[in-house]
Amino acid sequence: MGGTSSKLPKDLLSEYQVRLTHVMCLFRAHKIFSELQGGENGPYSSRVSMQKILTLPELKANPFRKRLCHVFSTSDMKDGSLNFEDFLDLLSAFSDTATLEIKSHYAFRIFDFDDDGTLDARDLEKLVNCLTGETDDTRLTAEEMRQLISNILEESDIDKDGTVNLSEFQHVISRSPDFVR
Amino acid sequence: MPRHKLIASESDVSIEVDEGKDNEFSLYYVEVEENSKGGKEKQATRDGKRRRERNGEVSRRRASEKRSTEMGNKRAEKKHDKHHKTTRKEGEKDRKRPRRRNADEEEAEEESSKEKKNIKNERTKTVKLEDEKEKDVKKKRKKHVKNDEDDANPGKTKQKDCQEVALKEKKKKRRKPETTSESESHSESNSDAESKDNQAVGVLGSLTPEELEQLKEAVDERKKLITTLKGKPWPMKKKLVILRESQEFVEKYEGALGKGKGRKLYAYKVLMMKKWMKFQRDLENFKTACIPWEMKIKEIESHFGSSVASYFIFLRWMYGINMILFGLTFGLVMVPEALMGKPYGSMPRKTVPRVEEASAMNFAVLWDFGGYAKYSVLFYGYYNNQRAIGWLKFRMPLSYFLVGVGTVAYSYMVVIRTMARNANEEGGGDDTSFNFSWKTFTSWDYLIGNPETADNKFASITTSFKEAIVEEQESRKDDNIHLTRFLRVLANFLVLCCLAGSGYLIYFVVRRSQKFALEGLENYGWWERNEVNMVMSLLGMFCPMLFDVISTLENYHPRIALQWQLGRIFALFLGNLYTFIIALMDAIQLKRAEEEIVKKNMTIWQANLYNGTVPDNSTALPITVHPADVPRGPCWETMVGQEFVRLIISDTMTTYITLLIGDFLRAVLVRFLNNCWCWDLEYGFPSYSEFDVSGNVLGLIFNQGMIWMGAFYAPCLPALNLLRLHVSMYLQCWAVMCCNVPQERVFKASGSSNFYMAMLLVILFLSTLPAIYTIVSIPPSFDCGPFSGKNRMFDVIQETLETDFPAWFSKVFSYASNPGLVLSFLLLLVLAIYYLQSTSKTYKRVNMELKKKLQTQNEENKRKNKLAALKAANELEQAKKAGEQCSNSASDLGVNEESSSIDEAGHHRQAGQNGRLIHPSQSQDTQNSEPPVSSAHTTTRPPASRGHTASGHLPGHPQKNAHSNRR
Repeated sequence: MGGTSSKLPKDLLSEYQVRLTHVMCLFRAHKIFSELQGGENGPYSSRVSMQKILTLPELKANPFRKRLCHVFSTSDMKDGSLNFEDFLDLLSAFSDTATLEIKSHYAFRIFDFDDDGTLDARDLEKLVNCLTGETDDTRLTAEEMRQLISNILEESDIDKDGTVNLSEFQHVISRSPDFVR
Repeated sequence: MPRHKLIASESDVSIEVDEGKDNEFSLYYVEVEENSKGGKEKQATRDGKRRRERNGEVSRRRASEKRSTEMGNKRAEKKHDKHHKTTRKEGEKDRKRPRRRNADEEEAEEESSKEKKNIKNERTKTVKLEDEKEKDVKKKRKKHVKNDEDDANPGKTKQKDCQEVALKEKKKKRRKPETTSESESHSESNSDAESKDNQAVGVLGSLTPEELEQLKEAVDERKKLITTLKGKPWPMKKKLVILRESQEFVEKYEGALGKGKGRKLYAYKVLMMKKWMKFQRDLENFKTACIPWEMKIKEIESHFGSSVASYFIFLRWMYGINMILFGLTFGLVMVPEALMGKPYGSMPRKTVPRVEEASAMNFAVLWDFGGYAKYSVLFYGYYNNQRAIGWLKFRMPLSYFLVGVGTVAYSYMVVIRTMARNANEEGGGDDTSFNFSWKTFTSWDYLIGNPETADNKFASITTSFKEAIVEEQESRKDDNIHLTRFLRVLANFLVLCCLAGSGYLIYFVVRRSQKFALEGLENYGWWERNEVNMVMSLLGMFCPMLFDVISTLENYHPRIALQWQLGRIFALFLGNLYTFIIALMDAIQLKRAEEEIVKKNMTIWQANLYNGTVPDNSTALPITVHPADVPRGPCWETMVGQEFVRLIISDTMTTYITLLIGDFLRAVLVRFLNNCWCWDLEYGFPSYSEFDVSGNVLGLIFNQGMIWMGAFYAPCLPALNLLRLHVSMYLQCWAVMCCNVPQERVFKASGSSNFYMAMLLVILFLSTLPAIYTIVSIPPSFDCGPFSGKNRMFDVIQETLETDFPAWFSKVFSYASNPGLVLSFLLLLVLAIYYLQSTSKTYKRVNMELKKKLQTQNEENKRKNKLAALKAANELEQAKKAGEQCSNSASDLGVNEESSSIDEAGHHRQAGQNGRLIHPSQSQDTQNSEPPVSSAHTTTRPPASRGHTASGHLPGHPQKNAHSNRR
């Protein structure tokens, strides 16, 4: 497969930029990615492992960084590794100009920790734990957690099936004043 | 045979990827070649296509046969699979189905694209693949093609079949075989249609109009897909494939739909389109590259969150506005006067007076904007009242006036436009029905990249959660309401005292400085000279701290506390500014009194001059008098301009010095003394400073207000401000990155931007008021500035109208400015405003009502769903009971048992469809209910059941039978 050098094919790039992503400076993106790949002779379609992606300074403090890798990875091995296209997907979803649909879709998938297509109580618990950090003094007590989750479900679980599905999630999100990410 | 298939499929897949890259080129070649080769080639291709069409039919038939067998297999598999899923999963699948069908369609498209590519390759053979590694595979493939061409019909069909089979296999591998038969058939029909389309291009001439119509529709659809592809949440690879495929489709058919010349034109159009797109892309790149300080701000954003970055974005926005203001004043006022006006030293107003000449070049004087700086283009007084200057006949006074008005008008326009845009963006999010969900889903600031900031963010999120929970728990209860009320009143009283005190202090200082000025500043030291500015800066520095201390009394929610704090600082600054202006007004009155005296003296002086030097009949001023010796008025306009410039300078200096001392020095001390100190400095008392977003924004806003106020009398102000903003951009960026720590309370900036804008608007209004007052009501100085000799400054408009425009225009203008007309116009404006306001109010009300309606509907729906779920649960229970009874009563009849289980399953399904939103309870129900049923089976008739189903299903899974029966 490899033959192509690490240089991006120009036309592919144009395609990316015009039609497929919201990323503005593709060359920069590619530079960062090839730095992650280490060495300049890696073929552009090769993958970068999750550990390397997580060394990005932008992701260092993000509590959802592993979820990010898993969601955007198209690898068959489920190891969270990204190739350049996945990387572009990631950047695109986080760029300023991305549509609400894209953002909410990926946000939902990030929050859906067990990948079952719905946010159930366990997903929400994990999500809240991610948001409140690892240390004990910031963590919520079990009682608070229970209360919080029941409140969340009370609000956003419109069809009362005990889980939040994608459409409910998008409904809630689209009303939010600061869904800016 | 299987081996052969495998190879074919592999080669197919690999080439598809490679072709993708070449497609962009090859598409054109195809088009062009087809055009150039013309008639005889066309004939040949048409023949080929007909043949292919026949093949296609055969292949399709075969494929459909295959599919049917496969479908059978799949169904069987599906059944197997279903048993391992709980009922909940089933409901889920229901929801997923649309998506999956979508995916299937795409799959089908992919498939067809591959077919198409095959065909194209055979036809054109122009695609050259350079990939070394793939040459092997390619050779094989070429051989294939050759073989196919030799015995076209069977080979091709075989290949197609192989492909399809391979694809099917791939599909199976890729997803679990739970695709419904429905979607399967859908995809089939889709792919069939595609292949038909494929062949249609060959027999385009013989197409019926309906088919053409369909084709056009398909093309349009593809085009739409291409434009909306960006907004689809699909992985990149899929997007790429779909894009390629649909682009190809569109180009092929859109080209084919046209005739003869149309094709060429179309190819040209597409080419231009591509060029245009490339240009647009480059332009966009250029634009993003042109945004100044973008990377700096992004870096700060990643360290400190979006609120700190919002300050810098605000600063950049301010910089942009000041750039425009600077362009206006510099280009239309300062440069023309400097180039075309009379040179320095030609007139009294353009020369330093004799008294000041000795010290005019001293640094201290220049730093105070006296001496040569005072008598230069930087200030109002330097400008001449000559109507037109230079060879361009540049109307200097008019230009001066219009630029003064224009800067203010432009600022209003920009601020209001930005506010409106922000309001648009923020609109709609005002109801708080999803408080908790929003807190959970949207509270993380994804721009944070710094661990410390992240820790603070964690803490703030936790507290917000806890607060929300506590609020929810006891929203009504409030323990000591009297105490809090008392404390709040006390706090406000204290703040008012502070404000009044600071106001009085400034007034006192300004009056004192006037006394000093009257007695001559030379007798006093540095402090007396800069007292006003220093006092104002110090007050601006320490009062906010005081307010912060006071606000701890009040015990407000942090966000509300922040707004109170902002409001108080705003009031403080405003009070200070207005005291300053009032004091300035006093000074203006003093100067004007002085001016009257000078005027009288002037006549005496002139009389003396004439009497003394030229006793004869000469009427002109003798040349012998040097302009520096001519006595002159105090020129209050220049004085005002000077005051503002000094204020700006001292403000800037204090800002920078506090930055250096308060942030940098503190950080250095904390950092290096920490090793030899008795307590932990970094986390203890002094620690590092935080970046104070609100204070900085307020400072920026007030600074801008001063610019707006003073720009009319000192055209250099925008330039100075530009310099200041430029320096502070770099300095503050550096200071933030090197010596600040992220805020304790990291809050999002998106909500507060309009708050700042509103403050800016208020300040703009308040700062234009005094400027307009002075312009309209105070007569200009008699011997300096562009309006000297006029009764009022705005007389310049009338003068221009009378002299520079034709007579009819001034007539029209005078009619238009008739009080009757103006008043009626004002009335009309008021009416329009009233009307618009009332309509907007009604819209708001209607909006609220709609919202309410939606909410009630939502609740009703919820209730309905609950009812439905209850009903379904009841039915389920009944069915279960019935089933139990049945199985109990007819224990020896296998058929009965099965029918009962069918019944149950049917109910299951029904429940799943009616209230598919109650899975958990339902699944629990089924789990609870199943053991008794199965136990009934096992206890009553174990051998019979085994005998009946040969496969030997597990007890407790009666649905398996049910499903197989139902099919």
